[in-house]
Amino acid sequence: MQIEVLLFGMYREMAGTETVRLDLPGAAIASDAIAALRARGGSFARLPTEPVIAIDHEYARLQTPLHEGAELALIPPIAGG
Amino acid sequence: MPLPIARVTPDPIDQQSLLASVATPADGALILFIGQVREMNEGRPVSGLDYEAYAPMAEREMERIAAEASDRWAIGRVAIEHRTGALQIGDAAVAVAVAAPHRDPAYQASRYIIDEIKKRVPIWKRERYADGDLRWVDGVQPALP
Repeated sequence: MQIEVLLFGMYREMAGTETVRLDLPGAAIASDAIAALRARGGSFARLPTEPVIAIDHEYARLQTPLHEGAELALIPPIAGG
Repeated sequence: MPLPIARVTPDPIDQQSLLASVATPADGALILFIGQVREMNEGRPVSGLDYEAYAPMAEREMERIAAEASDRWAIGRVAIEHRTGALQIGDAAVAVAVAAPHRDPAYQASRYIIDEIKKRVPIWKRERYADGDLRWVDGVQPALP
């Protein structure tokens, strides 16, 4: 399956990009995607192993299964308001 | 209750319009909370803050927060705007407008909404120093449902 990864704030800065397309096996869960992202190496290896994530605009646990076309966002500690 | 307005915008917040948008003849109380950019830093001149948002999710969370406030308190309309981009000291970063027949529920709802925004909404900010340096402001772990 193909998913879209979005990076924000300090994660975006760390990785040097806002968005990454990932190809994953059919039964992948969110933590598989994080591992695949970090495995790209270089600046991606600096990303945390267990970030807070959102899938399709909802906070989700790392064990949550993904689906084709899912939007997976890595959410650094928030500071709005 | 009509759908709450919850918007992320790069434009300056029109505070009076936002307040006017929630007011109806049934409301005796109108509360407007403004979170503005202050000079946070001790000793090192800050020229402003850069706000960044995951806009569609931020809007969805803010709508949800407004709906929760409506469920808990006897209030009317709610409107929330959060600004993004490069803000100066004194600029309004967030505005929460609440209308209600009576002030007690309005005050409580207003407080709840801004507190929840700070705990849940995917928005980040960076200090811009006078010397051009940038530093992410320490954030908090979002409160997961």
